[in-house]
Amino acid sequence: MLKLYGAEISSRLLLGTAQYPSPAILIDAIKASGTEIITVSLRREMAGTKSGDGFWSLLRSLELRVLPNTAGCHTVKEAVLTAHMARDVFSTDWIKLEVIGNHDTLQPDVFALVEAARILSEDGFKVFPYTTDDLVIAERLLEAGCDVLMPWCAPIGSAMGPLNLHALRSIRGHFPEVPIIIDAGLGRPSHAAAVMELGFDAVLLNTAVAKAGNPPAMAQAFAKAVEAGHQAYQAVVLEPRDMAVPSTPVIGKAVFT
Amino acid sequence: MPGNEVNILVKGAGVAGLTVAYELRARGAEVTILDPFGGENSAASWYAGGMLAPWCERESAEQAVIDLGMNAANWWESVIPGSVSRKGTLVVATPRDVKELERFGARTSGFVRIGEEAISLLEPDLGEAAFRKGLFFESEAHLAPRQVLTELKAKLVGLGARCETEMSAAEISSFEWVVDCTGIASPDIDLRGVRGEMLILRSKDISLSRPIRLIHPRFPLYIVPRPDHTFMVGATMIESDANGPVTARSMMELLNAAYTVHPAFGEAEIIETGTGVRPAYPNNLPRVVKTGNCISINGLYRHGFLLAPAMAKQAADMILKERSIRHETHRERTSA
Repeated sequence: MLKLYGAEISSRLLLGTAQYPSPAILIDAIKASGTEIITVSLRREMAGTKSGDGFWSLLRSLELRVLPNTAGCHTVKEAVLTAHMARDVFSTDWIKLEVIGNHDTLQPDVFALVEAARILSEDGFKVFPYTTDDLVIAERLLEAGCDVLMPWCAPIGSAMGPLNLHALRSIRGHFPEVPIIIDAGLGRPSHAAAVMELGFDAVLLNTAVAKAGNPPAMAQAFAKAVEAGHQAYQAVVLEPRDMAVPSTPVIGKAVFT
Repeated sequence: MPGNEVNILVKGAGVAGLTVAYELRARGAEVTILDPFGGENSAASWYAGGMLAPWCERESAEQAVIDLGMNAANWWESVIPGSVSRKGTLVVATPRDVKELERFGARTSGFVRIGEEAISLLEPDLGEAAFRKGLFFESEAHLAPRQVLTELKAKLVGLGARCETEMSAAEISSFEWVVDCTGIASPDIDLRGVRGEMLILRSKDISLSRPIRLIHPRFPLYIVPRPDHTFMVGATMIESDANGPVTARSMMELLNAAYTVHPAFGEAEIIETGTGVRPAYPNNLPRVVKTGNCISINGLYRHGFLLAPAMAKQAADMILKERSIRHETHRERTSA
């Protein structure tokens, strides 16, 4: 079973909660996905809410594990502050740490990320860092106190799926014991299956489900793909080769031509 | 027979309240409108874009938005002749986000794909913005919300509807029916607020004929031309019922969008900033709910002008059908 900071998780699909057509559809999608962890952005949903906090109370009614994120933060200071606010609002020390380096591409600023991860880990947070597929950064994040890594497989929202298989294989290979969740860039269930076949521990999705024609159906399709990919990895996938290999022996066969 | 008309109180004078008041008055009911604010600018619809764009809205809404909204333009035009501008909607994306147009197109219908030339034929002023691709939703329309709300209210008064700003509980209970159209002020626990911020800009250097939607992966925004060289730029979508002033971030996003659509917006005057809180149910679709002799119309979300006419008709049908049944049984009883 997947273990994240000591918590045992049976679903290997994490779901973001932004951009759905309506909260009702979001809730249907969450249920259809079977996810146990949802990510929630603190920044604007909560801002200045005086009474109802309607959106959040709907999510709370699902009684799932919440992974708040620091989406939209551009500096160490901002991310650390947001993490502290999230800890109060959501009563959890889990934090998906995002420090954005480029406003336009939402590419992580890995230098600020490592720094913020160090500060937050020392402060008792359980940090889930959104990072690139760079090996050295991954190592720095682990040194900074992270026990989980969340590399992208393609730019956020791009739906391109795994772009650099070599980098993904190598990050998996170098840190066999660390739970690694592929976050960002997945577009379709086959992408999710593909990264799970590489041995990653889980995937985190948002746009691919939220912006699908039928989000609950797509959530379910992804859940199946994640499960299939994970099972395939455990079953040991046949490596490809250049030449055909007949699956039945040819020697001793009757020859008529 | 005098005094035989059904006597109805409509609470709220936003788009939901005024449309149902009109629908009821037009069918002969005695209508009183209770609006404690006495003015229009407390209603979310005062800050609306006024787009009658069900096909575009389908991008992030359910089919019901088209089914319930496709006749809205006709309703508004018949009630307030000349108010509806049927010029369609133009959806554009910057070259960087042109793939988002495909995503938008995959989720909608009722448009044609157009190129640079057709875009500048439709909107000559967009030539400078270098939008090379767009989607044109020809059958969509728009109106100017404040003008329309003001005229509709005046029309209702002209038709004999009463407008009150306060009323005692005893007076309220004397009505045969109460229609609650109080939006986010309603105590309905299923409702949540979705904050929307908007700007009004004025520029004599730009003219647009129709709403322009600028697709952007994170914040889809629109610019709606209004009379007197003004433009409404809207609107943010924030899960919150806070109605305080527009934030710096939202202002930047809105202004960026305007500037992207036309650089001359950089020199435009900011006439007004505004915030409205849209009432929404969990599925973001409106509801007409009857409880005893009270009917509530609520949850119009970002589709006030688009869906209010259909909701008003549903509510009026409920009230007048029930009444005719009651009359039938009453007549049967008295003649028996």
